[in-house]
Amino acid sequence: MNDTNDMKQRSARLEQMVEDLLQEAKRQGASAAEAGVSNDAGLSVTVRKGDVETIEHTRDQGLGITVYFGQRKGSASTSDLSLQAITDTVKAACNIARYTTEDSYSGLADADLMAQEIPDLDLYHPWDISVEDAIEQAIICEAAALAVDPRINNSEGASINTHNGLQVYGNSHGFVGGYPSSRHSISCAVVGQQDDSMQRDYWYSSSRLAGELQSPEEIGRIAGERTVERLGARPIGTCQVPVIFQAEMAVGLVRSLLGAIRGSALYRKSSFLLDQLEQPIFPDFVHIHENPLLQRGLSSAPFDSEGVATGPKDIVAGGVLKSYLLGSYSARKLGMQTTANAGGARNVFVDSGDQDLAGLLKTMNRGLLVTEMMGHGLNMVTGDYSRGAAGFWVENGEIQYPVEEITIAGNLKQMFRQLVAVGNDEERRGSVRTGSWLIEAMTIAGQ
Amino acid sequence: MANPTDLALNTLLAPAELKESDLDRVMDQLLANHIDAADVYFQTGRLESWVLEDGIIREGSYNIEQGVGVRAVSGEKTGFAYTDEIRLPSLLEASRTARAIAQAGQQARINVKSVATQHQLYAPISPLETMSEQEKIDLLRRLDAEARKQDPRVQQVIASLVAAHDVVLVAASDGTLCGDIRPLVRCNVHVIVEQNGRREQGSSGGGARHSFQFFLDEERALGYAREAVRQALVNLEAVDAPAGAMTVVLGPGWPGVLLHEAIGHGLEGDFNRKGTSAFSGKIGQRVAAPGCTVVDDGTLPGRRGSLNIDDEGVATQNTVLIEDGILKGYMQDKMNARLMGVQSTGNGRRESYAHLPMPRMTNTYMLPGQYNPEEIIASVDKGLYAVNFGGGQVDITSGKFVFSASEAYLIENGRITTPVKGATLIGNGPDVLTRVSMIGNDLELDSGVGTCGKEGQSVPVGVGQPTLKVDQLTVGGTSA
Repeated sequence: MNDTNDMKQRSARLEQMVEDLLQEAKRQGASAAEAGVSNDAGLSVTVRKGDVETIEHTRDQGLGITVYFGQRKGSASTSDLSLQAITDTVKAACNIARYTTEDSYSGLADADLMAQEIPDLDLYHPWDISVEDAIEQAIICEAAALAVDPRINNSEGASINTHNGLQVYGNSHGFVGGYPSSRHSISCAVVGQQDDSMQRDYWYSSSRLAGELQSPEEIGRIAGERTVERLGARPIGTCQVPVIFQAEMAVGLVRSLLGAIRGSALYRKSSFLLDQLEQPIFPDFVHIHENPLLQRGLSSAPFDSEGVATGPKDIVAGGVLKSYLLGSYSARKLGMQTTANAGGARNVFVDSGDQDLAGLLKTMNRGLLVTEMMGHGLNMVTGDYSRGAAGFWVENGEIQYPVEEITIAGNLKQMFRQLVAVGNDEERRGSVRTGSWLIEAMTIAGQ
Repeated sequence: MANPTDLALNTLLAPAELKESDLDRVMDQLLANHIDAADVYFQTGRLESWVLEDGIIREGSYNIEQGVGVRAVSGEKTGFAYTDEIRLPSLLEASRTARAIAQAGQQARINVKSVATQHQLYAPISPLETMSEQEKIDLLRRLDAEARKQDPRVQQVIASLVAAHDVVLVAASDGTLCGDIRPLVRCNVHVIVEQNGRREQGSSGGGARHSFQFFLDEERALGYAREAVRQALVNLEAVDAPAGAMTVVLGPGWPGVLLHEAIGHGLEGDFNRKGTSAFSGKIGQRVAAPGCTVVDDGTLPGRRGSLNIDDEGVATQNTVLIEDGILKGYMQDKMNARLMGVQSTGNGRRESYAHLPMPRMTNTYMLPGQYNPEEIIASVDKGLYAVNFGGGQVDITSGKFVFSASEAYLIENGRITTPVKGATLIGNGPDVLTRVSMIGNDLELDSGVGTCGKEGQSVPVGVGQPTLKVDQLTVGGTSA
C-alpha cells in the first residue's frame, strides 16, 4: 500500500474516532463537545564517540475530549484508544462537568468562524531513513564536530530524529478537520577543554522536509566551532552597557512578547503589556507578523485548536501593538473577537533590518553579545527581567573574548522601547524568525 | 497493608491476563548474547486536576495513561521501544524492536521472581478518591475566600488542586520483579495584587505522597493562600535589586534549589561516566566548606521526591554526596553504575513508560550546622537575604548555575531591611559551596512543590537546607 493511501486510511480512522467521541458525549447528555485525536511515530538515534548510544522507537497516541453542559465544562484525555476507553473518557469528562461552575464565557468558538476548507500546507514529508543510515549520518555529524579543534576532547553525541504525526480535531458544530505532519532534526553537542575548564555547545537543524536540513557535516562543524569559541570564558565586572541578543536568543524575547499578549495573561491581569493594544510598545521601525499558513512552516496550522480558520496578521506594525493572541474564551472575557490563536501563535516573523551581525557589532561598538541564557528570570506581571547569560565582550565593534557567569537585567517593557536595530541574520529553525536584537542598555552583574 | 508489588501485579498484569511466566518469555526474547541487561516497565496512571479562577471552578480534567516500555542494554548502547497496549503480542513486538540494538545470538534463560517492596514510605492508595469532588471544589473555594480576606488589594486568585495515582511494575533481567503504588497530591495558590496601578504576584503551594487530607492537616492549604498574599504584598514594596557580587544569605527550605542546581545535577552518574560534568573525577576532593554535608535521600516518608523503589526496581536510599565538604559519591542508575563499576544508588528514574530511565535526584538537602539564623544575619554588614525562589538551571559542563529569587531583602548592618525585586543569582557549582561560611541550625525541607527537568523528562523532587551564608555570589539586579 502506498503511503498516501495509508495516510488517508489512518486519517479516516481518526476522524471516525472523533465522530464517535462527539456522539458519545451527546449520548451522555452533553449540550456541546469538542475532541481531538492524534498519533505520532518516530525514530531517534544517538551516536556518541563514534558508536551507537541509543535507538528509540516512539509511538504516541492520545485522545482528548471537552464536554459542555450548558456553560459548565469538563475535560478528559487518555493514551488508550480502545472503544471502552472512548466511553470511559467521555464519562470522566461529563463527571467533571457536574462540578465545575457555570461560566458565561465558556463554550465552543462561534460556528461561523470554523475553517470552511483546509488548505494543504505541505507539512507532511516522511523521511524514509533506516536505522543504519541514521547511525551513519550521526557518526559523520559528530566526527565533523570533533575534527574542528584538538581541544574538543569529549562529546555528548549527535542525534537524528524523525517524527510523523496525524492530528484530527472536531466539535459539535459539525467541524472535523485533520492533517498529517512530519518533523525531522539533526543535532550535535560536544565538549571542549582548555586548562581546567570545560565548555559545551551544540547546533541543530530542524525541518518538515529532510532535504531542507543542513548537512550533518555542517551541523557538526558549527557545533564544534561554537564550543571552541567559548573556551577561556570569564566573568566581567558589573556595568551598564548595550547588549546584542544573537538571533537564537532574540527568539526568546519575541516569545516573551507573545506570552505577554496572550489572552489568558491579559484577562488575569498578569501581563506587563496590559491595555497596550494600539499603543506604541517598540520604536516605529519594528514590524512583527504571524503567518499560520506558511507552506512547510514549523508551526503552520490551517485552523487553531478550536477549529477557527487561521490567517496572516500583523502583531506589531510601526512599533504599535496591533493584535492580542486570543482564543474564544479569553476573547469573550475581554469583550473581543478570537484571533484564531487558541493553541498559540504560529510562525511569527520579525522584519529584518539591513545589518548583519558584524554590522550590529560595529553599531554597538562596546558592549555584550549574548549567545546563551540560563534560568527563567522573567516576571510576566511587571516585565522585570534578570537572567544568567554567556556570550562575548565586544570593543571597537569586534569580539574580544568569551564571557560567562554573569547576569543581564532590565525591564522588558523598557527593553522593547530601547530596541536599536534588528539584524538580517535570521534564525529560521523554529516557529519564531528574527535576526539579532541590539538593545540600548542593560545592567550586567558580574565580578 | 498489602505490599505494593502484589498490588501492582494485580493492577497491571491481571487485566491483561499476563502471568509472571509471560514476563520470562519477554525477557528471554530480549536477551540476545550481546545484551547485558534488559527491563520491562509497566505503568498505569490517573491524573486529576481542578482549577479555580475568578471565583469559579473553571476547569477540571482527568487523564488516563498506560503503557509498557521495553529496554535492552549492551555496553553503552541502549535500544528502547514502548507500546500503550498492555498485551503479550505488543510486548513481544516492542522487545524485538528494542533488542535490535545488538546482534541476535543464543538465548539466555531468565526467571523473574516477585519480591516485596522493601520500603513502604507512603500508603498504597489512589489519592483521587480520598476526597469527594464536592469536597475538592469546596476546598478551592475556601482558598479563594481566604486569599481575598487577607487584603483588599488582592485582585485575582488562581487556585489548583492536582492528584496523581501511578502504579508501576518493573521486571528486569537481573531477576527483579517489583512494583510500587505512588500517590501524589499538589495544591497551589497564585494571587495578583494591585496598588496605585502597580501589580505584583505571589504564589505558594505544597504537596506530598499522601491523601488530600494532607492539605487539611495543620490548615496547610489555607496557609498557602495566606502565604501567596503575603509574598505579593511584600513585592508591592520592593525596590530594584542590587547588581554585582556580594554576600548572600539564603533562607531555609526551598532555597535548597541552590544545592539541586549547583551540585546535584553535576553529581548524576551519567554525566560523570561520560566525563562531561564539572565534577567529573573530583571524588575525594574538597568541593565545599568544612561542615557542609549534602545528601540525596529518597527514603523520607511521604515526601514528594521519595520513592519506595526507583524506576529500575532498586530500593531508594540515603546517599551521601558531600561529607564535611569532601565529594563522596555520585547518584547512579543501573546502567551507569555497571559501567563505572559501582552499585546503583536507587536513583534510576523516568517520567513514564515512554521515556528511558537515567540518574535523577530524589530529595536533596544539606544537614544543619550550628548557627542560629539570627546570628547569621547579624554577621552581614551589607548583602542580600533571599527566602523564596522560582526555578533554576545549570550548565553541567561549565558548572555555571542560576536560580531566581522571587522574595528577597537587603541586609544592612546586620539587619533585614528593604524588600527588593526578584533577581537571578549566578555562580559556579564546584566552588560556590566552598564560600559557605555559616550554616544554620534550622534545616527545613521544601513544602513539596519541586519538579526537575532533564533531557525533556520531568520528575517530582524535593530540596532542603538550613539558613546558609555564602560569602560571594553574583546577584543579577538592575541597581549597579
